[in-house]
Amino acid sequence: MNVKIKNSCAQTGRYLIILVALIFFLFPIVWIILTAFKTGEEFMHSPPIWLPRTPTLSSFDHIVRSGGLKALFNSIFIATSVTILSLVVGSLAGYALARFKVGGENLPFFILSQRFMPPVAIIFPFLLFFKALAWMDTHQALIIVYLTFNLPYSVWMMRGFFIEVPIEIEESALVDGCSPFRAFWSIVLPLVTPGLVATGVFCFIFSWHEFFFAVCLTRSRAVPLSVYLPNFFGKEMIMWGEIGAVSLMAMIPLFFMSFVVQRYLVRGLTLGAVK
Amino acid sequence: MAVSKIGKFPSLSYIQKRRLVPWLFVAPCMVIILMVTVFPLVYSLGISFTKWEITFPKHPFIGFENYVRLFRDIRFRSSILITAILVIGGVTIEMFLGFGLAQVLSGKIVGRRIVVAAMLLPVMVMPVVVGYTWRLLWDAQYGPINQIIGWIIGRTFHYAWLAKPPTALVAILVTEIWQWTPFMFLAFMSGIVSLNPELFEAADIDGATKWQKIRHLTVPLLRPIILVAVLIRSLDALKFFDVIFTLTGGGPGNSTETISFYIYQTGYQFFRLGHGAAGSFVLLIALIVIVTFLLKIFKTVVE
Repeated sequence: MNVKIKNSCAQTGRYLIILVALIFFLFPIVWIILTAFKTGEEFMHSPPIWLPRTPTLSSFDHIVRSGGLKALFNSIFIATSVTILSLVVGSLAGYALARFKVGGENLPFFILSQRFMPPVAIIFPFLLFFKALAWMDTHQALIIVYLTFNLPYSVWMMRGFFIEVPIEIEESALVDGCSPFRAFWSIVLPLVTPGLVATGVFCFIFSWHEFFFAVCLTRSRAVPLSVYLPNFFGKEMIMWGEIGAVSLMAMIPLFFMSFVVQRYLVRGLTLGAVK
Repeated sequence: MAVSKIGKFPSLSYIQKRRLVPWLFVAPCMVIILMVTVFPLVYSLGISFTKWEITFPKHPFIGFENYVRLFRDIRFRSSILITAILVIGGVTIEMFLGFGLAQVLSGKIVGRRIVVAAMLLPVMVMPVVVGYTWRLLWDAQYGPINQIIGWIIGRTFHYAWLAKPPTALVAILVTEIWQWTPFMFLAFMSGIVSLNPELFEAADIDGATKWQKIRHLTVPLLRPIILVAVLIRSLDALKFFDVIFTLTGGGPGNSTETISFYIYQTGYQFFRLGHGAAGSFVLLIALIVIVTFLLKIFKTVVE
């Protein structure tokens, strides 16, 4: 009897902790989403009003009229291009590292280490090159620079996925006279499709979130959402409604994506260390 | 078919071809890495030894002067301290909170999948958005944090959290912890779930307490995962920039500048490239030292 009470107490305590944690982790997200639907009077009200009394879409209207869709397009275009490039080049290299052990033990780790390169250590040469090429404020500048962190990531992740494919499948194909590239393309690659999708989603997320390179290399034409957002944080006036609306625009696609790759979330975030 | 194909080539060239093929697979990747990271890095190292400023048409070689000036600059030294506080403080707290949550959630819980998915949302929020969101939450007049504190203490409370250095730093830490504790939690929980339950049953039979099980079973078995998670978080936190930019803008004054933010200001905004590049190499060295240090700890612990 005593044990039973003790157990149910522990169980209640558990759910209480979970409840508190959920409130802590979700409250800020809910708050910024609600702000998107508040009127100026509501988000500039002291004490703050929690739920918008007269929900409005005027903030969304404003961002659509002030180039918000262009920024959304830029983000999608840049992130998609980098993702495709990283996947193509990365899966080729990942395959060679996994199967042929190119460069021994050190090459994979060298490539992985590039993932942690601080952006500030390479930004200045890029500034000078892109100025000289008149590539400042262009999509291709950001696409190239985003390869610095996405390509190493993609190589490393894909290597992990290829290692898991039993080697016998290709061996029999190679014995039958299949070229190494064909074996890679039409036999092994289809087997790692889930891994390819998961890696791609993470490359997309990293590019989508990136801010430092984007703020240094874009002005107006090629700004992605992350650089577009600070426009509404003026020195004189802070347009919280618009900030909320852009934030919502930036969050929703990723929430869906993270749902799609739920099975691979841990693996993707821990660089394959936890499966 | 197969035989005739191999038969067409002399065996030597076939072997040579086989040796070459793997390198063809890696070649595009290596070329890109050489062009977009290695070359800029070397170039940046060169810049750090020159006087490279916007008012200067020439870029004379000045040896280590940029580095010497950097360490004389109190702003840079303070940015090192701020970065260290954020990395060490932030990652440590995230680790303990994440471990605690993982312990709680790895038991029998109704609706665990949904709870886990919901708790992970902060990781999926753009860091720039995170910064602005928390800026609104901490706001003295319009923020709900002061309002909630007001309810608790029973009178209106208008504290400007971001206007004073110590509380601004606390605000940044809380923001960082909010976003990345879920990462630690997820990594640890996946680890705990995959542990062999028989070990814990055996411990139960031997009458081990819950605390003993955590100390002598869970933590040692989880050590590799803990190390990887701490390593990844530390390396990312060292580059801390976005949230500083949007949450405090480095202020009040320069009191919450991280190394990355300092380099951004001197190098990008004031175009003192030599100075900024020197700063970035200090950061890079710090990064390498941390990796070596953590890996060494890991090796001694494992052996």
